[in-house]
Amino acid sequence: MEEREKILDVRDLSISFTTTGGELNAIRGVNLSVYRGETVAIVGESGSGKSVTVKAAMGIMDKNARVNSGEIIFNYYEGEGENRVQRSVDLLKMSKKDIRSTINGRRIAMVFQDPMTSLDPTMNIGDQIMEGMIWHYKTPKQEAYQKALRLLELVGITDAEKRMKNYPHQLSGGMRQRVVIAIALACDPDLLICDEPTTALDVTIQAKILELIKAIQAKMGISVIYITHDLGVVAKVADFVNVMYAGKIVESGTIDEIFYDPRHPYTWGLLSAMPDLDTDDDRLYAIPGSPPNLMHKVPGDAFAPRNIFALKIDYRKEPPMFQISDTHYAATWLLDERAPKVEMPPELRARIARMKKEGEKKNG
Amino acid sequence: MKKYVLKRILISLVTLLVILLVLFLLLQFMPGSPFNDEKLTEAQIALLNAKYGLDKPVIIQFFNYVTSMLQGDLGVSYNISKNTPIVQLLQTRLPTSVRIGGQAVVLGAIIGLVLGVVAALKHNSVIDTLCTVVSVLGASVPSYVFALFLAYTCGFQLGWFPQLFQVNHPYISSVLPSVALSMFTIASIARFTRSEMLEVLDSDYLLLAASKGLSERALIMRHTLRNALIPIITVLAPLIVSLMTGSLVVEKIFAIPGIGSLMVQAIQSNDHSVTIALAFVYSAMYVFIMLIVDILYGIIDPRIRLAKEDSHE
Repeated sequence: MEEREKILDVRDLSISFTTTGGELNAIRGVNLSVYRGETVAIVGESGSGKSVTVKAAMGIMDKNARVNSGEIIFNYYEGEGENRVQRSVDLLKMSKKDIRSTINGRRIAMVFQDPMTSLDPTMNIGDQIMEGMIWHYKTPKQEAYQKALRLLELVGITDAEKRMKNYPHQLSGGMRQRVVIAIALACDPDLLICDEPTTALDVTIQAKILELIKAIQAKMGISVIYITHDLGVVAKVADFVNVMYAGKIVESGTIDEIFYDPRHPYTWGLLSAMPDLDTDDDRLYAIPGSPPNLMHKVPGDAFAPRNIFALKIDYRKEPPMFQISDTHYAATWLLDERAPKVEMPPELRARIARMKKEGEKKNG
Repeated sequence: MKKYVLKRILISLVTLLVILLVLFLLLQFMPGSPFNDEKLTEAQIALLNAKYGLDKPVIIQFFNYVTSMLQGDLGVSYNISKNTPIVQLLQTRLPTSVRIGGQAVVLGAIIGLVLGVVAALKHNSVIDTLCTVVSVLGASVPSYVFALFLAYTCGFQLGWFPQLFQVNHPYISSVLPSVALSMFTIASIARFTRSEMLEVLDSDYLLLAASKGLSERALIMRHTLRNALIPIITVLAPLIVSLMTGSLVVEKIFAIPGIGSLMVQAIQSNDHSVTIALAFVYSAMYVFIMLIVDILYGIIDPRIRLAKEDSHE
């Protein structure tokens, strides 16, 4: 991997929500890096804080959210040709107004989960795509129209000219998500955040949308952050994976490291819980228990109560991130040199061996 | 769209005709007669009935009524002001009611909208609470209480406006009644706008619009208001009608020569022709405003406009 250029760097991010029940610590010290042109996935179950992390970067957090510490450094280039200068900003220190006018849409764009509700029902598709360009760059209407047409064609919508005048309710879910992607791409962003982009779509459309985002990424060289709870999606699209649990990243590594050499018991659980056709087991594995209530302080490793491999120390002291390779990190005491040697469950080992073989077959 | 509007107009006309027929039949079944003076003999009443065509079968009466109505003749009053053409009665009274009601609607809609929007934008703030208090007050206190209060303070104590309606100063006299009538509209529109705005502000499409980088102002002007307005139009329509057709009690308090008081008078004195004419005017206004609302809907909401076009192609 030659000269990877960091585009987004989340450091020690901690966010809490003020609710009627008290303070909810949704994000508890997240570290995360995204490099130019690469795809990073954030995986975790509902409520683990995946969306909150990226919404913080977009400056579109809910009103009761409070950033306790941390920074989100975003690097981008400004200007053209010789005047091109690199800039580096902390998104958390920017005012909402500044983020809106310089970052949102122009530098970082977002694709939302549910295409059925994320388009304005009273504005036609064309206007919604053109809105961003006209707003940020004062693009003349004619030019914006041409670009919107090109974008619609890029995202695979046939009859683009006719669709420009359509309203969201006239399109199917898959088409609407394509339109949402076109809107996100309207201002040529450097970073595309996809917040569960295929969750609300049916399976046949899911694959198509993933292919589309992948193709666009290859074509435009943008970085992509995927937020998902679906490891199947991760396997298809990601270069790097961050596994998130209870507001923390518990394991991060390249796609191969996470899928073929997982170290954190939670990652083991997630991988075991994936549906699989080639298994003798007729029951689908589920991680026992439920995530901790983040209203209370979580002592030690948040996953310990659900972890059959938990050590005594897991209940008392929070594990640091142990380095396994240059790119692979995991936060579990099992990796400490004093810890007893614990292997992943044999069923999972067998499954990974199978996946590896399949992967080699596909690549070779 | 054109086809749709034409169809709606046609349906409205049929509706009105049916309403007229029902009104006719209802009054026919009512006990009593317009000519209930004890001094009248049987023969005299028969003569009167013959004079006004009331001796003919109902269907013929109805047919005659519709025919003369199409020529702009609503008949004459039997009792209230004998033999005065009803058109003439309406000409003097309807504009006053409509003007006062219209002013109340405009005032109520504007203030209500502003209050609702501000309350939603400053959700859970002091302003929001204040707006809620205003809307609860406006919705629960009857308009005649406001009318009496205004007549006493601004009319009697401060002397800014006349306490009673003065026919030769129709504009200044209409201020207090309009304000009193607008209270309920302010309250309902404010409450409704607030909840609709909150819903839209919380919607996914607004989040997407925000992620495009639009300013707060642009978000509200382009995406929030339009979407929040659609349901508000629905509640505004019946409010308009009830205000335009005059409020009985408020008209009474300010001694306004409007159609609200005329209606009561007509019913009390069995003046059938006036009752029918007024009830018909009410219905016509209602049907007309509903027609306007339906057309407005189509303009604002593409889902409705396009669905209509599809179904007519």
